[in-house]
Amino acid sequence: MLEIRDLKVSIDDKAILKGIDLTIRPGEVHAIMGPNGSGKSTLAQVMAGKEDYQVTDGSIRFLGQDLTELDPEDRAREGLFLAFQYPVEIPGVSNTYFLKAALNAIRKHRGLPEIDAVDFLSLVRQKMKLVKMDEALLHRPVNEGFSGGEKKRNEIFHMAVLEPRLAVLDETDSGLDIDALKIVADGVNALRSPDRSFLVITHYQRLLNFIVPDFVHVLLNGRIVRSGGKELALELEEKGYSWLEEEVAASATA
Amino acid sequence: MTTTATLEEGASAATAYAEDFEHFTAEHRGEPAFLSSLRHAAFDRFVALGFPTTDQEDWRFTNVAPIARGRFHRAAGLPKVSAEAVRQHFHPDSHRLVFLDGVFAPEFSELSALPSGVRVQSFGEVLRTEPGRLEGVFARHARFEEHPFVALSTAFASDGAVVEMARGALLEKPLQLLYLGTASETVRVSYPRNLVRAGEASQLTLIETYASLAERASWSAPVTEIWTGSGAVVDHYKLQKESTAAFHTATLQFYQERSSNLFSHSISVGGALVRNDVNAVLDGEGAECTLNGLYVLRGSQFLDNHMRVDHSKPHCSSFELFKGILDEKARAVFNGRIFVAKGAQKTDAKQSSRNLLLSRQALVNANPQLEIFADDVKCTHGSTVGQLDEEAIFYLRSRGIGEDAARSLLIYAFAADIVERLKPEALRHEVEEFLFHRLPKGEVVRQAV
Repeated sequence: MLEIRDLKVSIDDKAILKGIDLTIRPGEVHAIMGPNGSGKSTLAQVMAGKEDYQVTDGSIRFLGQDLTELDPEDRAREGLFLAFQYPVEIPGVSNTYFLKAALNAIRKHRGLPEIDAVDFLSLVRQKMKLVKMDEALLHRPVNEGFSGGEKKRNEIFHMAVLEPRLAVLDETDSGLDIDALKIVADGVNALRSPDRSFLVITHYQRLLNFIVPDFVHVLLNGRIVRSGGKELALELEEKGYSWLEEEVAASATA
Repeated sequence: MTTTATLEEGASAATAYAEDFEHFTAEHRGEPAFLSSLRHAAFDRFVALGFPTTDQEDWRFTNVAPIARGRFHRAAGLPKVSAEAVRQHFHPDSHRLVFLDGVFAPEFSELSALPSGVRVQSFGEVLRTEPGRLEGVFARHARFEEHPFVALSTAFASDGAVVEMARGALLEKPLQLLYLGTASETVRVSYPRNLVRAGEASQLTLIETYASLAERASWSAPVTEIWTGSGAVVDHYKLQKESTAAFHTATLQFYQERSSNLFSHSISVGGALVRNDVNAVLDGEGAECTLNGLYVLRGSQFLDNHMRVDHSKPHCSSFELFKGILDEKARAVFNGRIFVAKGAQKTDAKQSSRNLLLSRQALVNANPQLEIFADDVKCTHGSTVGQLDEEAIFYLRSRGIGEDAARSLLIYAFAADIVERLKPEALRHEVEEFLFHRLPKGEVVRQAV
């Protein structure tokens, strides 16, 4: 599904990612954990195609294609989805209508007919239940005046409607109370399937109690310094990131 | 090379109209004395003022030299046009007066179903049959002393609409005043003159449409005077979509009595050089006016919206929201003057000018002017000039929406704020369709809104 090889990324000539290797197969859930400033969000943004970042080396292949060659919209149409850490407020653009335009752009790309208004409405109703979203939010402009929790739920709602092959969740848990966190996790779990993969980026282990990952990777200073199973998250929770930082420092000087 | 006319050039350009005024006076020989003396006074004033120059504060950014240099001719009679082309501009389910190059065209007009208490005639007909009705009404509120184009209009006014609403009268369907420039080989000038008197507690919706049947140069210089009696409610709309070779200088003059309510929306998308003077005088307690506008310009189009609201009495409110979308080398001016007279306490005046620049060459000058002589008032103004939000574009693209469509969606959303306030469905539909056609990937926007 996704193959990242020796990925190096800079912004304004400052190296952020210093050689990332990551392979995600269909149906797998991977978690990337790391302290602030380790490069987690940069990885998410680069995958989605944010132009501010320069890929200086390495490759990202998604379903056999070189992702860096594609515009952000084509990545989405190929089945990549990024749930934003900070969803953008777009005054004047209705949440539902925008989503319908997005869904139809994706369907068109896949050679499917445009969805009609009735089918779209029933799809939207069904997916809304998944994230227990208030119907009023459908008719409001995208994210405008939404609370932090509503914005995050709206991201999962978009994901549920667009049905991506690979979803990247960028700190979707941050700022959520436990109830909202469970709703988001339930939404994600309901979408888990053998041909859909997830990359869950988080600062805290807590989310991973609800979305149980197959693999956990620790990102430190632009590199994945440790990979393991879900028990690695628990170990991090217990010991913090410092033991890994010390280990990395020790091996660098050794 | 200078493109700005000097004061002398402005004055000499004005005298070139003297010959035409002589013809006009001869054509209108039978007019009552009050009218002909008004016309002469106005024409003399026009000659004295001359064409404005950029040395004058009110015309600092607006160079009318291309108009001053031009040679324009009034239409002598009704031009020949394709009925089909004219009908394309009709709003269904409306009362209608149609003018071709400024001349009333009865065969396209529709006034058969006016309710009682509502009188609508062409200005020309009133001039011919009952000119006395115009005494003390025509040019009463639109003062020509300080404005050369209002002076010119007053001198040459020969057609337009005269609307009288009796006390309590209600016009449910909109009245469309459709002014069409034709494909005339001669470069036309027209001076549409609209007089509206909305009697006490009456209510009407008026739509002025200015359009061209061909991409020709022309000059339209309309003046619309609207008087709202106590408690009257007037919805006024002006859609200016003339050829991009057209000049358009318009004055809207509103005079409001106690507790009357006026909503005026001005949509401007056409013209090479457009100047709108919008003046509202709130002269009765509790009067309220809303003056909104949207302009969508590109190429080398130029638009100047010059607003003035006079709060003369206490407890009046005025709300102004103007939004502009400028691409390529388009330029716009927003000048918003709010004048609060001594004693006009509890005035509530809000003014906002927001502009979206889509290119580096596009330019906006926004200039709020508040003159407040009362001490218990609430006056706010704000002005923004910005670009599309790149974060929002990326967000939309990351969901699968193409770059052009994402940009267009955001531009549309910016305009929608005004478009949604256009109450007559046919007009709103017309403006929406314009945007869908103008914006790249407009079909995606059409589907998404």
